[in-house]
Amino acid sequence: MSTSLSGPGSAQQAPGREPVRRGLPRKSRTARNHAPITATGLVVKVVLLGLVAGIAIWAAFPLIKAEHWIGLAILAATTAGLFYLYLGRRHIPAKYLVPGTIFLIAFQVFPVLYTASTAFTNFGDGHRGSKDDAIVAIQTSSVKQVPGSTEYSLSIATKGDPATGPLVFLLSDPKTKEVFAGDAGGLRKLDAGDVEASSLTGKVTAADGYTVLNIGQASVRSKEITDLVVPTSGGAIRSNGLTRAYEGKAVRAYDAGCDCVKDSETGKTWTADPATGAFVAADGERLTQGWKVNVGLKNFSRVLTDPNISGPFFGTLLWNFAFAIGSTGLTFLLGMAIALALHSPRMRGTNLYRVLLILPYAMPSFAMLLVWRDMFNTDFGLVNNLFGLDVDWFGQSWSARAAVLLVQLWLGYPYMFLVATGALQAIPRELTEATSVDGASPWQSFRAVTLPLLLVALSPLLIASFAYNFNNINAIWLTTEGGPFAPDNPTNGATDLLITYTYRLAFGAQGAEFGMAAAVSIFIFAIVATVSAISFRRTRKQEEVYS
Amino acid sequence: MRIRTAGVVAVLGLALAASGCGGSDSDKPAAKESAKATGGKLVIWADDKRTAALKPFAEEFGKENGVTVEVQAVSKDLQTNFVTASQQGSGPDVVVGAHDWIGNLVQNGAIDPVQLAAEQKSAFNETAVKAVTFNGQLYGVPYATENVALIRNTELAPEAPKTIEELVTTGKKLKAEKKASEILCLQSGQNGDAYHVYPLYTSGGGYLFGTAANGDYDPKDLGVGKPESIAAFQKIAKLGEKGDGALKRSITGENSIATFTGKKCAFLVSGPWAIADAKKANIKYDISAVPGFAGGKEAQPFVGVQAFYVAAKGKNKALAQEFVTNYVTKPELAVALYKAEPRPPALTAAFDQVKGEDPDLAKFQEAGKNGQVLPAIPAMAAIWDPFGKAEAAIIGGADPAKTITAAGKTIAGQIK
Repeated sequence: MSTSLSGPGSAQQAPGREPVRRGLPRKSRTARNHAPITATGLVVKVVLLGLVAGIAIWAAFPLIKAEHWIGLAILAATTAGLFYLYLGRRHIPAKYLVPGTIFLIAFQVFPVLYTASTAFTNFGDGHRGSKDDAIVAIQTSSVKQVPGSTEYSLSIATKGDPATGPLVFLLSDPKTKEVFAGDAGGLRKLDAGDVEASSLTGKVTAADGYTVLNIGQASVRSKEITDLVVPTSGGAIRSNGLTRAYEGKAVRAYDAGCDCVKDSETGKTWTADPATGAFVAADGERLTQGWKVNVGLKNFSRVLTDPNISGPFFGTLLWNFAFAIGSTGLTFLLGMAIALALHSPRMRGTNLYRVLLILPYAMPSFAMLLVWRDMFNTDFGLVNNLFGLDVDWFGQSWSARAAVLLVQLWLGYPYMFLVATGALQAIPRELTEATSVDGASPWQSFRAVTLPLLLVALSPLLIASFAYNFNNINAIWLTTEGGPFAPDNPTNGATDLLITYTYRLAFGAQGAEFGMAAAVSIFIFAIVATVSAISFRRTRKQEEVYS
Repeated sequence: MRIRTAGVVAVLGLALAASGCGGSDSDKPAAKESAKATGGKLVIWADDKRTAALKPFAEEFGKENGVTVEVQAVSKDLQTNFVTASQQGSGPDVVVGAHDWIGNLVQNGAIDPVQLAAEQKSAFNETAVKAVTFNGQLYGVPYATENVALIRNTELAPEAPKTIEELVTTGKKLKAEKKASEILCLQSGQNGDAYHVYPLYTSGGGYLFGTAANGDYDPKDLGVGKPESIAAFQKIAKLGEKGDGALKRSITGENSIATFTGKKCAFLVSGPWAIADAKKANIKYDISAVPGFAGGKEAQPFVGVQAFYVAAKGKNKALAQEFVTNYVTKPELAVALYKAEPRPPALTAAFDQVKGEDPDLAKFQEAGKNGQVLPAIPAMAAIWDPFGKAEAAIIGGADPAKTITAAGKTIAGQIK
């Protein structure tokens, strides 16, 4: 409930209500040209444009580093455009529109497009990176110690400057105390006379012609050390940390010729399957590490055809509407009723009441939802203990639904009370007084005058509240988690909203499936957008009637 | 006027821009210089408690070797944050977490195998090493193990029950005498808790995954929905709300320990993390293995392991390997981590060292002796939710056969 204040607040400015300024006389425009440039205005302009330049430069470095030339071009064009716009004197309307538009693109359009493009991929756990990433991961994770091979003590050395000279592994065999020097060219035995080694571990501390690096010096060249492998007949010697080395062999290797991964121990091959983004063996076994691919409409068709998803979809949709309408309607009714009561001139101590009534709104809903969940506990909950009941609130469909709506009512009515109070004060008392002079009962005057005028002001807020509650994941996830669940269907519960249902589908299975989640959220977006569009259209008609 | 404005703006913009450049320019050589002086940098991610325990050791490691070590606390969703950050290339070099993350971390290419020498490996508890082994490779260095046990209030129940039936009889007697209001505190909640009910499930004969030839869990052999699992849940149903009332959905993760420390129930199924609360409440307690059903199989709790992992996309992998394989394997660190949170150390030497001052530790390990390693395969993620919900439904009185068959079908559908 709480965030509904901030987001759609601008919706209050219903279309057609803003003062018409189109026909400004030409004179005022020229007058503006002569408007003096104030010092404050200049400073603000300079600081803001300086900030723009600063942000652009700050953003440019990582873009250049990652070689994102398109991104860089967009950045440069936007910055140049902004400077052109605000340094010139023309394009007055654009000066007002551009900041909003840029924020709209950055925070609304881009996320929506990104979600939409994700919906066509299999992006998710096991399919996060590129194919090359997956191949690297498969090969590295298959490196095994060659059976019976030696574990060497390792000293990292160089033939020149510690920071730049070519790296050499000085390896000593702890059993035979033999010392070898190894680099990409292979392994060479060193003469025992040229080497000083620790008597305890056999680790080389100095060698003729080499500079031995300490851990601090070596750690700076970590990547080179990890990349350096010393080829041997059985595999290759790799560093394990900075003080030990082992002879290891990548059991699995990628073969670009057959676009497959081969296991040299078992001879098994896994062929790349571009449709699923995984290496699949003939017997259907998949390698764990996959990659992200485009799957076309697969996610969408799964939503429509998978009986696990589409089966309970309409029931959930129905309850979702009931929940959103119920939450909005009940909070509105209660909030308005209290606002009306406190609006009465005969009421005393209204300020105290108002403060008390706003309290639930001042508490973080996140914590309150958890408290309410515990209050509905069958054996230990306050609700049952206080009223001497034995109701299994979250264990039965209808009681769980009622409980969830009750919690929503408690959390949401202060907001409705606040806005209704504000709207009531804007309605002139003369109007209701006039109706009572005409002989109307209080109810009649409320029905005919107060309510319609209230609705004109509050309809956009009600629509916003509806749209917010339609996707109110916290209200459900923190209380019932969508339950109770039918014994034969653990995927869909009685209080599940589409959003909680989607969340379970997308993140409940084997890790996160962002592609799938994006596809369902596009469906939800379409539903909410349709409902909102219809409602706004009706509101506009209503305004035309009353204004 | 116009030119002047433009000029001022341009100059200031340039000045700001220059200062921006200057900032980063002057940063770079400085960073290089300090790197020369202090060596590379190692970044470790851990949760809040462990961060505090790790800091002194990380600093010592840094000083000893002339490198900078940064321990960063990630208090929420460490695993998800690590996977996302590592994909972006902004992740840490070392991460600390539970062993059942391994499957997911490996499928996302986020961690690398670690190579331990044979004598290093043998210094660890065998179960712990088994837990961090995935697809035949060692993926982490374990430091602590954990499992649930039966904690009982010795004032209310002096004798450790040998079977669940015995426990229920004692519990019912205490309830009748108004000494307790619940028979057993085993958390379930409205949506169940697979982790805590697992000992009863195994005692009833159920299993989650079969074992493949190489000793790993086999995701293709799913035990949920099989006749054994139905039989196990028929026994669990008898303990449920329509039966003995020992298992209840109203006992949740939030209130189970509190109910035990409030002396409202004599028996609690929980892990080492519950001990601090019991001590605070001055409860006289003892720890024993979770009992099984009379005539049933052994009750096997899940054994979880906490471990250190080397990030595959870390910037300083060689240093990370050095830290994880040569430093984390020292008993002193394990003891310090134990003091931050009392879970039995995985290093045998460290365990022996703290065993003397904390008798609970040995009891917990004894209770987990026959435990099963929590499966780390990605398919395990598909188990938790449906299994828990089936448990809750059955405790509430639903038909076990129908419920478990449906849960098995859902899980099988989610396993790729």
